[in-house]
Amino acid sequence: MSDGTKGAAGPSIPITVEFTGGLELLFGNERKHKVSLPACMDDGNPTNIAYLLPYLVDNLMQDQRKEMFIMEGNVRPGILVLINDADWELEGEETYELQPGDNIVFVSTLHGG
Amino acid sequence: MGDLDERCAALRAQIAATEAQLAGLKSELASAQEAAAAKSNHAELSDNQQAQPKSASRWPLLQEEYKRYGRQMIVSQVGLEGEFHSSDMGLSGNGDHESLTMSSSDWAGQLKLRAAKVLLVGAGGLGCPAAQYLAGAGVGTLGLIDGDTVEVSNLHRQVLHRSRNVGKYKVDSAIESLRELNPHPNYIAHRTHLTPSEAPQIFAQYDLILDCTDNPATRYLISDTAVLMGKPLVSASALRTEGQLMVLNNPPRPPGDKQGGPCYRCVFPKPPPADSVVSCADGGILGPVVGTMGVLQALEAIKVITAMAGKGEAQNGGTGAQQSPLLHMFSAYSNPLFRTIRIRSRRTNCAVCSAEATVTLDTITSGSTDYVFFCGSAHSPSLLAPDERISAREYNEKYPGSDLGRQGSSASSSHTMIDVRDKVQFGICSLGDSINIPISNILASTSTGETPSWVPAELATSESNDPIYVVCRLGNDSQLAVQKLKDLGLDRGGKRYIGDIRGGLRAWREQVDSEWPEY
Repeated sequence: MSDGTKGAAGPSIPITVEFTGGLELLFGNERKHKVSLPACMDDGNPTNIAYLLPYLVDNLMQDQRKEMFIMEGNVRPGILVLINDADWELEGEETYELQPGDNIVFVSTLHGG
Repeated sequence: MGDLDERCAALRAQIAATEAQLAGLKSELASAQEAAAAKSNHAELSDNQQAQPKSASRWPLLQEEYKRYGRQMIVSQVGLEGEFHSSDMGLSGNGDHESLTMSSSDWAGQLKLRAAKVLLVGAGGLGCPAAQYLAGAGVGTLGLIDGDTVEVSNLHRQVLHRSRNVGKYKVDSAIESLRELNPHPNYIAHRTHLTPSEAPQIFAQYDLILDCTDNPATRYLISDTAVLMGKPLVSASALRTEGQLMVLNNPPRPPGDKQGGPCYRCVFPKPPPADSVVSCADGGILGPVVGTMGVLQALEAIKVITAMAGKGEAQNGGTGAQQSPLLHMFSAYSNPLFRTIRIRSRRTNCAVCSAEATVTLDTITSGSTDYVFFCGSAHSPSLLAPDERISAREYNEKYPGSDLGRQGSSASSSHTMIDVRDKVQFGICSLGDSINIPISNILASTSTGETPSWVPAELATSESNDPIYVVCRLGNDSQLAVQKLKDLGLDRGGKRYIGDIRGGLRAWREQVDSEWPEY
């Protein structure tokens, strides 16, 4: 498990981020990461998934091919985002406000057989 | 020597001919047994309908079938949830419903299995174990569709295929094994890849579809066709050490009916970029991983079949239908091994299963829904100019023996060979004097600022203009690496040659060293 905690002023939200289905290869071949995010975004609103995505690219992603993870400002097609074991589409997608202890999983779909 | 060679060849030919004869006899026997079984089953059913007592007619299964399936028939989920109604799945059209229902409620799941017609698309790593368990369980009709032939590299995971069947159609090879396992089912071979023009008419012959394929375009075609033909779909996939499984379009309802289960497009409305799709050939796959997923497909298929409700009781019949749709993920090197997540229900703007659907059977069969275009195709990149590439043969002529580590007797032959495969592949086989810098290291470094740490010191510091060559498995990653090295200025403004081996180590095998391991 790697520690992606970044020192930030003010209250923070500790969450776990996991990458599977081959996505871990973009993140130093590490599946599980502990991340601490500021409780509020710059606009004062509670931190949501929309904030998390670029944060991961800037702070955790090691591979330069950003488009393998983010395309047109959203996760690229073929990646499922799971919030505490549910598809993020059931939770409001990128507007979901992160809670302390949340487990966010990014899964790349597999096609082999 | 020549005599012995001839004798070996003759013996081989004789063995092949005898094996072919044996296979023919076996398949004749299997069809004869099948016909006999079908005849006696039919006799039992019609006897039952006509209520004519006759010793063989009292029981709907053969004696051998009670023994064969007994262990699964006494499992309550098959018996209870599989409560049988004679109107189910068109088993018996207008017979004596009541007596059949009453006498058969405890083992009805077995009758549902026997009446079921299941199509497996793909007879590979998923299809083999799935078919094996479904045949073993006594599914009455098993269809397999696959246009591929068996290759040696399939055998570690595609467990129905035998070494002697390399080169044979996978469906024929698989059915040969399945017949040995269980001669009762009716096996149907479709020796072709699934095409949009044929998919609907093939699916029409079956009740349930298993997606055991290996590419996004076929996965969308299967899901679309399954929705439009009203068939539940058990979809699985695997790569490296991980697998995924979903039961889709369950219950199968017409497009626009929100009670129906989601389809593949609901979960993945847009296909992944073609260059992000990794095949088992490129990424690797562990046999038991894909085997696990295939076995789970068979399990989900049995659950769907034994839960299939008779007409008129669709609302409360069966399992799964009312549950939230799920995605099961398997990861061999994680803890826990399995993880199940809730996924969305039908998408209100789904292109296939919603009221706003744009994909129809017509657009599929006519080709106006273009799956290849939709999913794109990853072309081998051609990033380098011809003079930045060298063939394996040219390289070998230029630096003879350097693959064996005999480089450098004269200064003129001095050069650096960088192998950018990952270190596992480098460990399997490598050119004698090559150094290993995995492409993932190269791509991970940012292009700004100082020389990244993966650049060998002698390349970064020395003033030498000795050429640098890059090689990989197939000649794709090596091009990226050459570009990267040039971006870093290692070509000293063109004074030093940097290029790659066209076609990679596969070309090396073809052009230079036929003993080079092909993996």
